[in-house]
Amino acid sequence: MHFFIQELVNGLTQGSLYALIALGYSMVYGVLKLLNFAHGDLYMVGAFIGYFVIQWFGGPMALSVPVPLVLLVMFVLAGGGVGMLGVAIERFAYRPLRDAPRIAPLITALGVAFLLENTMLLLFGASYRDYNTSAFISFSTGIHIGPLNVDIVRIMVIVLSIVLMFALTVIVNRTKLGRQMRAVASDREAAEMLGINVDYTIAATFFLGSALAGIAGVMAGLVFNQIYTLMGFVAGLKAFTAAVVGGIGSIPGAMLGGMLIGIAESFVTGYISSTYTNLIVFGILIAVMLARPTGLLGRVPLQKV
Amino acid sequence: MNAADGQLAKPLLSLDKVTTYYAQMRILEGISLQVGAGELVCLLGGNASGKSTTLKTILGLVRPRAGRVLFAGEDVTAWPVPQRIANGVAIVPENRRLFGTMTVRENLELGAVLRDAGTYDADFERVYTLFPRLHERRDQLAGTLSGGEQQMVAMGRALMSRPRLLLMDEPSMGLSPALVQQNFRIIKEVHESGVAVLMVEQNATMALSIADRGYVLSTGEIVLSGSAAELLRSEDLKRAYLGR
Repeated sequence: MHFFIQELVNGLTQGSLYALIALGYSMVYGVLKLLNFAHGDLYMVGAFIGYFVIQWFGGPMALSVPVPLVLLVMFVLAGGGVGMLGVAIERFAYRPLRDAPRIAPLITALGVAFLLENTMLLLFGASYRDYNTSAFISFSTGIHIGPLNVDIVRIMVIVLSIVLMFALTVIVNRTKLGRQMRAVASDREAAEMLGINVDYTIAATFFLGSALAGIAGVMAGLVFNQIYTLMGFVAGLKAFTAAVVGGIGSIPGAMLGGMLIGIAESFVTGYISSTYTNLIVFGILIAVMLARPTGLLGRVPLQKV
Repeated sequence: MNAADGQLAKPLLSLDKVTTYYAQMRILEGISLQVGAGELVCLLGGNASGKSTTLKTILGLVRPRAGRVLFAGEDVTAWPVPQRIANGVAIVPENRRLFGTMTVRENLELGAVLRDAGTYDADFERVYTLFPRLHERRDQLAGTLSGGEQQMVAMGRALMSRPRLLLMDEPSMGLSPALVQQNFRIIKEVHESGVAVLMVEQNATMALSIADRGYVLSTGEIVLSGSAAELLRSEDLKRAYLGR
């Protein structure tokens, strides 16, 4: 039983990361009908920002300030920094192509992905960097009931993810900005006709989605310790899968898809073998697409009357 | 039959020899028209005559290559859309263009997007009084409403910004004759409450029955203008240009 809970916790942790990245995919697809393939690399940049914050404060073994402060700075800088990076990418790579045939920004997104990966590679090299989390956060803190060990880092990641997803849902459903985002996603020209500042709304969407990916990157570093310049590729691919399974463009769908993929991964790795993990995860994608092409929570586009 | 003496002393809206292109195609060729503050004016014409482009030019979605757009005494030709809306122009788009996945109330709220929160409760009241059905359905998704109800939402949404000039793009499209009648009654009512209206329509008879004046647009040029009565009388020319 404890093994089940252990794997469930792992699944929720991994699922949270996928969900946070998937949210950015879905939000951007919603407003721009663009699959931003560079999105996974934003997650990677966030992880690196977190890494350098640790180094800046003296390194994992010798932090000069209290751990909570380090964590706060990591999350704020990664979130804000990657958020701004996302806004810049939209401004210079995607906005000029807003009225171009859809294939154009898609190719550009691939280009931006390569640009990000290779820039980071050039700047920081190909070797793995290590957060070495256990040096500054004791893994003996957490929930320990008998053979069940749930460490504090995983708990923090899950809780923070839930808080972020809740906050995003509130923003999208209850605020004026959220209404404008949904309006632009629904019908961009009609939104323009009401005086909505479409450029600003799209930029805000990119900021939010990218910030979440950046924060997820820091979480990944804390949980998995090792970060590297190509870590965004596989994570991005799986998060994109999660977004599509949940229904591309749907925010609850991205959360659901992310959790599903994360939990599926965890249970397959735990109960069967890691050899089968990717096979089964992508098998799920195919199965869901065959049964429900618009995704689990996706909507068939309403016909305009 | 060219009563170009619709020249008003101080019109609310004035297009002055506006030429608009879309890509390389010339859609509007030197058109001039006016709408007075208390008027209901219709712009008639068949398909591809440039009617929608005229409205888009007034709203600011497209910029003319030549000519000026004057609103409430100011040259707004270079003004961005939000500025024009804040100044009192609003549009009820062709085919409604509602946000189908959002509720009726949210659609209406977006009509007031440029206004501060809390300042437009009275406008909600006004819309719900004009369209009681919308009050019933205020939490329903706009995409699930009937065509007639969607038209109400589209109009209500435009009214939320308290426009001085309401632009309407083919309000009768896709509606049954009974609904068209009902709709035009409401347009008349809104107009009488003090909103100037510029209505683009293919259904000339319907439009002229409530308008003060009209213009006829054909392949980008104003070919006819006059009071509604005059235009209604001019059978031959109307048939020639409108094919009805």
